[in-house]
Amino acid sequence: MKNIMKSLAAVAILTLISCGGKEEKKKDSIQIGQKPTATETPKEEPAVTETKPSETIDLTNKGVGPIKNLELPAEIDQAMAAKGMEVYKTKCMACHKPDKKFIGPAPKDILKRRTPEWIMNMILDPEDMIQKDPLAKALLIEFNGSPMANQNLTEEEARQVLEYFRTL
Amino acid sequence: MKRTINILVSLIMVAGLVSCNNGGDKKGNKGKGGLATNAAEKVYVAPGEHDEFYAFISGGFSGQLSVYGLPSGRLFKVIPVFSQDAEKAWGYNEETKPMLETSYGFVPWDDSHHPDISQTNGELDGRWVFINGNNTPRIARIDLTTFETAEIIEVPNSAGNHSSSFITENTEYVVAGTRFSVPIPQRDMPIKDYKGNFKGALSFISVDPESGRMAIKFQLMMPGFDYDLSHPGRDKSHGWFFFTTYNTEEANTLLEVNASQNDKDFIAAVNWKKIEEYVNNGGGIKVPAKYAHNVYDDETHTATSTMMNEVLTVNPLDVPGAVYFLPTPKSPHGCDVDPTGEYIVGNGKLSADLTVHSFTKMLAAIENKKFDGEAYGIPILKFEDVLAGTVKQPGLGPLHTEFDGKGNAYTTFFISSEVVKWKVGTWEVVDRQPAYYSVGHGMIPGGNSRKPFGKYFVSMNKITKDRYLPTGPEVTQSAQLYDISGDKMELLLDFPTIGEPHYAAGIPADIVAKNSRQIFKLAENKHPYATISDGGARVERKGNEVHIYMTMIRSHFNPDNIEGVKVGDKVFFHVTNHEQDYDVPHGISMIGANTSELLIMPGQTETFVWEPKQVGVWPFYCTDFCSALHQEMQGYIRVSPANSSTELKWSLGED
Repeated sequence: MKNIMKSLAAVAILTLISCGGKEEKKKDSIQIGQKPTATETPKEEPAVTETKPSETIDLTNKGVGPIKNLELPAEIDQAMAAKGMEVYKTKCMACHKPDKKFIGPAPKDILKRRTPEWIMNMILDPEDMIQKDPLAKALLIEFNGSPMANQNLTEEEARQVLEYFRTL
Repeated sequence: MKRTINILVSLIMVAGLVSCNNGGDKKGNKGKGGLATNAAEKVYVAPGEHDEFYAFISGGFSGQLSVYGLPSGRLFKVIPVFSQDAEKAWGYNEETKPMLETSYGFVPWDDSHHPDISQTNGELDGRWVFINGNNTPRIARIDLTTFETAEIIEVPNSAGNHSSSFITENTEYVVAGTRFSVPIPQRDMPIKDYKGNFKGALSFISVDPESGRMAIKFQLMMPGFDYDLSHPGRDKSHGWFFFTTYNTEEANTLLEVNASQNDKDFIAAVNWKKIEEYVNNGGGIKVPAKYAHNVYDDETHTATSTMMNEVLTVNPLDVPGAVYFLPTPKSPHGCDVDPTGEYIVGNGKLSADLTVHSFTKMLAAIENKKFDGEAYGIPILKFEDVLAGTVKQPGLGPLHTEFDGKGNAYTTFFISSEVVKWKVGTWEVVDRQPAYYSVGHGMIPGGNSRKPFGKYFVSMNKITKDRYLPTGPEVTQSAQLYDISGDKMELLLDFPTIGEPHYAAGIPADIVAKNSRQIFKLAENKHPYATISDGGARVERKGNEVHIYMTMIRSHFNPDNIEGVKVGDKVFFHVTNHEQDYDVPHGISMIGANTSELLIMPGQTETFVWEPKQVGVWPFYCTDFCSALHQEMQGYIRVSPANSSTELKWSLGED
């Protein structure tokens, strides 16, 4: 019985609180861009970044994942790139257009912005990258929280796709 | 009535306490009763942990097969088999509609009864589960890599496909016997002329050892009895099959009286190896018979239905020495063979005792031609000559027996509502536990093989009455789990089931789980309407048919805006899931479509048809929460008047 009284009290308090909330809302109905109320902890305004994560150039970060080190030969392997294009068409194109932003960023010129290891790791283990790699995290936010799907490419397929990116 | 029930319940509780005390004393628990047990601990599978066994439990009149974990009793999946399932689009999408085709046309329901798992050398191999459709006779094969129905074959000349679907110890055959005898071929005749004119077909359906593909090898045309249940011989009796019969009176009306006249009915012993040899040498008679054979292909993600036209029949009198009758009291239900293959148990449901026949004695009686007459030319062996022993007055209404592989048998008793443990060979009752209520079949994982895993017994009950919170006149069906690892059985858990659980098949999880598929590879998708490359997404018009080749991936459809569809069109959504990651299905549904949603696994293509009836702009959306942007996974189709000239076009994004 005591417990019931306690619960009732809690419910009553909750009801009061929510009533209060409603009133406040009414006051400021449809005002967009309202200033935070005094009761909210003021958020740190993030410093306005000049470059978007997708345009950030970082040629040292290798990301997180199975690929630790990858040296690209100077010459593009056209046969490998052709295979990569086939893989790309079936497994990547639904979200990545080769040369323009779509659901995700375009891979054109990606090697001017990212290390080969980072690219491979993003393809092979996007879940881990989104959790642990700061750049991948930032990209997720830039792209509206739409997470990159793990398309279960083999390492060989991912390497072929990377070679295809070099031709774009 | 209520008072009676209350008294009964109290009595049972008292009985339970008393028996617990007995058991407790032995274990030194000093009569703390149920509270002293650690039943909860025994069935607790901690969050994130896996169960030790799979249990495939028949869905009864739901027509499906459910997948549970043991010991937790948690439900993992309901595999659609014989009935349409809107959740999974089974029998609704264009790909699976052929699976429910029969010689009677599309039949969207059946009554599923007895699952059995494939075996190699008499041990469970965990490749397939077979289950019978009782009403419109069919046998289904479920693939345990996908946990989906891969094949359904109709059984002609059969009616009430009940003594099914039991498999031989190398999965050579899945056997389907008829419960109701019928005129064969079917014809217009007076019902009262049943006796002597109807026949009972026992069908031996071969199973391809590689693909699992089924084909009716032969049908044995038996006298017009009711063939109730069956089991294969194993080990020493491998090559034989045993069927219980009732209504040897051949009554055609008021069977509850008229089919209970004979003191003994029969167990039919069929030497299928002998008949197989006869058939392989050109024996048997081909007769016209229309039946559907439906096969689902994992690469085209599509089923095909083929109508077959004839079947090979065998008259048992044409194969001397192939069929004998073992007299068995009285209207036996379950027909169960112990793991050694020596003992054949006839669970005479109207008999006071449980009858056990000896395979060795049966062979000797045949050898010595000790016959006690014949039925329609089939020799009847002498009861005393084949009897191994009887379990004396073990309970009321025995239905079915399972074995633990340690020399014990467990028989379910419907009327006295209990599970009785007895010793194979000495026939002494060693333990009994109540079941709540009116148990039908029981199941021990591997209990129908040479190598049972005798740790748990599952009773499948016909009545639950007061065991769960009431839900109106219709209450849940239920199973109960007993620990049988000790001398005494211990009731651990009640759990609800789907439909009426007739029978189940259990298997250690590690045999099956490692083969479970995670995705279908897009590269292996051979669906004729698949869109393998996202660039292939498009819309095509052929007369008034509009084919949408659509892809889906987190979190959009391609295309998601379509115009140029008109009232009166027949719009086919051919949707391919481009995900290649585990557990990322997507769904799709269209407002006003006269069908179910689609639920499409990664790499799979499915199709539904929408016939727009009203002008307007109509939305479709993803029905399976797939990502943080699931709510954004939607699209529109513009429907113009039938005579309009709106151009057919489609798009996604700004393109």
